[in-house]
This record gives sequence, C-alpha cells and structure tokens, in this order.
Amino acid sequence: MAETLLTVENLTKKFEGNTILDGLNLTIQRGEVVVIVGPSGCGKSTFLRCINALEPIQEGTISLQGTPIVYGSKNLAEVRQKIGMVFQSYELFPHLTVLDNIMLAPMKVQKRNKDEVKEEALQLLDRIGLKDKADSFPRQLSGGQKQRVAIVRALCMHPEILLFDEVTAALDPEMVREVLDVMLDLAKQGRTMIIVTHEMQFAKAVADRVIFFDQGHIVEEAAPDEFFEHPKTERAKQFLNVFSFEKVEHNK
Amino acid sequence: MLDLGLDVLFKGSNMLRLLQGLWVAMQISLVSIAVSMPLGILCGGLMTMKNKLVRFIFRVYLEIIRIMPQLVLLFIVYFGSTRVFGWNLSGETASVIVFVLWGTAEMGDLVRGALISIPKHQYESSEALGLSKIQTYRYIIIPQTVRRLIPLAINLITRMIKTTSLVLMIGVVEMLKVAQQIIETNRMTSPNAAFGVFLVVFILYFLACWPISMLAKYLEKRWR
Repeated sequence: MAETLLTVENLTKKFEGNTILDGLNLTIQRGEVVVIVGPSGCGKSTFLRCINALEPIQEGTISLQGTPIVYGSKNLAEVRQKIGMVFQSYELFPHLTVLDNIMLAPMKVQKRNKDEVKEEALQLLDRIGLKDKADSFPRQLSGGQKQRVAIVRALCMHPEILLFDEVTAALDPEMVREVLDVMLDLAKQGRTMIIVTHEMQFAKAVADRVIFFDQGHIVEEAAPDEFFEHPKTERAKQFLNVFSFEKVEHNK
Repeated sequence: MLDLGLDVLFKGSNMLRLLQGLWVAMQISLVSIAVSMPLGILCGGLMTMKNKLVRFIFRVYLEIIRIMPQLVLLFIVYFGSTRVFGWNLSGETASVIVFVLWGTAEMGDLVRGALISIPKHQYESSEALGLSKIQTYRYIIIPQTVRRLIPLAINLITRMIKTTSLVLMIGVVEMLKVAQQIIETNRMTSPNAAFGVFLVVFILYFLACWPISMLAKYLEKRWR
C-alpha cells in the first residue's frame, strides 16, 4: 500500500485517575478512510483530540509523516495545519462571514495570497452548493450548512488528513444526509480521513477499515463488510445489536 | 397657564450656570471613564487568570466596591481619608478617585464575564486550524469579546454620568447643586421654580446620556 501518513504508538491518556485510552497502536496510510465506532465514553473522540494535540497524553507517540505531534510544543501550529478537524458542535467563528471563516487561517497562518485563497474558497463553496452563502454570517445558516462550511474551512488549509468528530451528532435527521454526502465525496477524491460516527450505514459505505473501540482499547479492526456482517468479538456483536430492532408483535 | 417656574432660568445667567454645572459633572465622569475603562480591561483580564490569589484579590475588591453605596465611598475618600492621611483633596479629585475605583471594578467584571462567555470550542477550533495563541486572541477571541462588551460598557458609562449627581454631597458644585442654588435664591419670587429647574436638569441629563444609549443600541443590533 501507499505511504504511511499517521502513526500512533502506545497512546495512553489518563484523566483524573481514569485511563481513557490504554496503549493504542494504529497506522493510517495515505488515502485511507478509517471509521471509528464504539459506545459513548469509549474514548473515540478523545483519540481524535489527542491526534490534534488538543489533549495532553501520558504515554506514547503520535506522528504525522514522521513529525511528532506533541501537546504544547512549539512546532504544533505547523503540524496542525496538516490536520483538518471538524467538531460535533458547529465551530464557525460567529463574528466572521462564511468566506472570512474559510479564508482566515490560509491567509494568517499560511500567509497565502488573498485572491488565490478567495478563489479556492469560492470554488469549494460552490462544490458543496453554498456559494451564494459566502457573505452570510454563521447565524443565518442551518446546522447542516454550518457543518459543510466547517468542512470547507478545514479543506482550504490543504490538510494531509481530516478528522471528523461526530460531525452529524448534533444535526436534525434531514440535515445529516447533506453533510455525509460531502464526506462521501471527499472519500471518493482519495482524501485520508478518520471519522468518528454513530451513522452505521454511512460507516459501512465510506470506510476502508472500521475500528471498534471499547473502554480505551481497540477491540476489533476489520473491513466494513466483515465487521458489520460477521463481527468476531462478543463485544462488537452486542454493540451492533443496539442498532437493530426486533419487530414488535401486535397481538389483537 | 400653569406656572412651571421656567422664568427663573432666564434671570441673570442662570441657564449658563446650569450648563456650567453640567460641564463639571461631565468632566468628572469623562475623566473617570477614560481612566477606568483601560484599567477595567486589564483588571478583567487578570480576573480570568488561573492564579487563585490574583482572582481572590480582585474578587474581594469587586465585592467591596459593589456592596458599598457610591455615596459612602465618596464620604470615606473625601471626609475620612483626608483626616486619616492628612492630605488635601478637592471635591472633584475625590469624586474622580471614587468613580475610577467603582468604574474599574465594574468594567473589570464585565470584561471577565465577556471573556469567559466565549465557548472553549472557539479556542479549540482556532487552534485546530493552526492559529497560534496570539493569533487566536487577535482574530477570534478579542473581536467577539469586544462585541459582547461594548453595549454593556456603554450602559456603565451612562450610569457613571448619572451618578455624578451624588457629588454635590461632598461640596462639588455640579448641575444639581446649581439647580438647588437657583431654586433657593428664587424661593420668594418664584416658588414654583423647583419644577421647571429640575425639569431642565432632567432634560440635560437625558441629552447627555441618550446619544450614548442609542449608540449602544445600534452596535448591539449590528453585531448581534
């Protein structure tokens, strides 16, 4: 397979005496789409946050293309440019227009030319069908639109890898689709992505590899068809059962 | 027609004296505002610091100033401190000192409130985009804080202007004192003057504060 992009070795994260992540190992190849599923509180969101050094870690190393990602280190801003992250709650900056939200980091952090960034931002907005919202403020957008803009904002930094932290969890059901479609489109373009989600159908469709987390461990790791059809571990079977319902027998 | 006692305003230089009184009040409040706004911003920044001791000290300061009526503060500084420390303070200086103490505390609390009301996510998503700490404050946090702060700060400013009506109690001849003097002097000839003169005082205070309130309203609407 292609080059290794992200390497996680023995990642351990403790918080107030609890072990949230317990010695995780993971490598991600360029162009791979990895979906992380698991019960709430299993540490999957924390895992993403650690990759972007938003959380201090106690043991282990994380590196992107050989560059270590260390919480609080000086070169952090530089590595973070290569990591795009989209959060569960819409994280647009409310005092900036959609276009300014997207253009801020490329211009201020990467010092790119304004016209060039603007052109790219508008192109990306056009692609997700929101070009006419370029001058709107975040408060004028729906949840789904905000999330799509947040994705574009991350893309405009030309990241090597994209992290999605339950991006549809706070959305109304009818808006989930439009956001997932954008992510499917990105997968087709061959982007490297790590996606944490509760949308199992989507996970099945988008993933190259599914990782099942429980209590800070990687319990199972498999291709999506394999994982969803024939889960190997008992824990994964239990977890997947939560998503299917037995038909209620109506006795008259 | 009803006798509102407005005629006294046109006797001698009474109207001019009232306006001079307003000017004294405005001077005290404007100087205090100019000093306490930057101090308050600094204070508010310190109040959000992680250092517990610093936060405690500012908490105590803020509570004392808040609990104490401004009039008592004026008395302590003007009558009390001058006796105890043996210095000489004019009424105006004492007023400015009290107003600065008060304004700084209140402004500090407003700044603190505005700063902590910015969700943690805003810091995180800014950092996740690769912005440095300084850039995060400059482009994300401070602009949002200022937008939340300005309407509140303007409200404080109008309160500071209005509260200058207390400084007559320590012998500063500001607008309200002048009004009283005019009414007293004309008690015999124009017994209804109290109504007319205070009405004018009301209008003058209104004219001083109204444009400022309107500005706050406008900014609030624009930045909502």
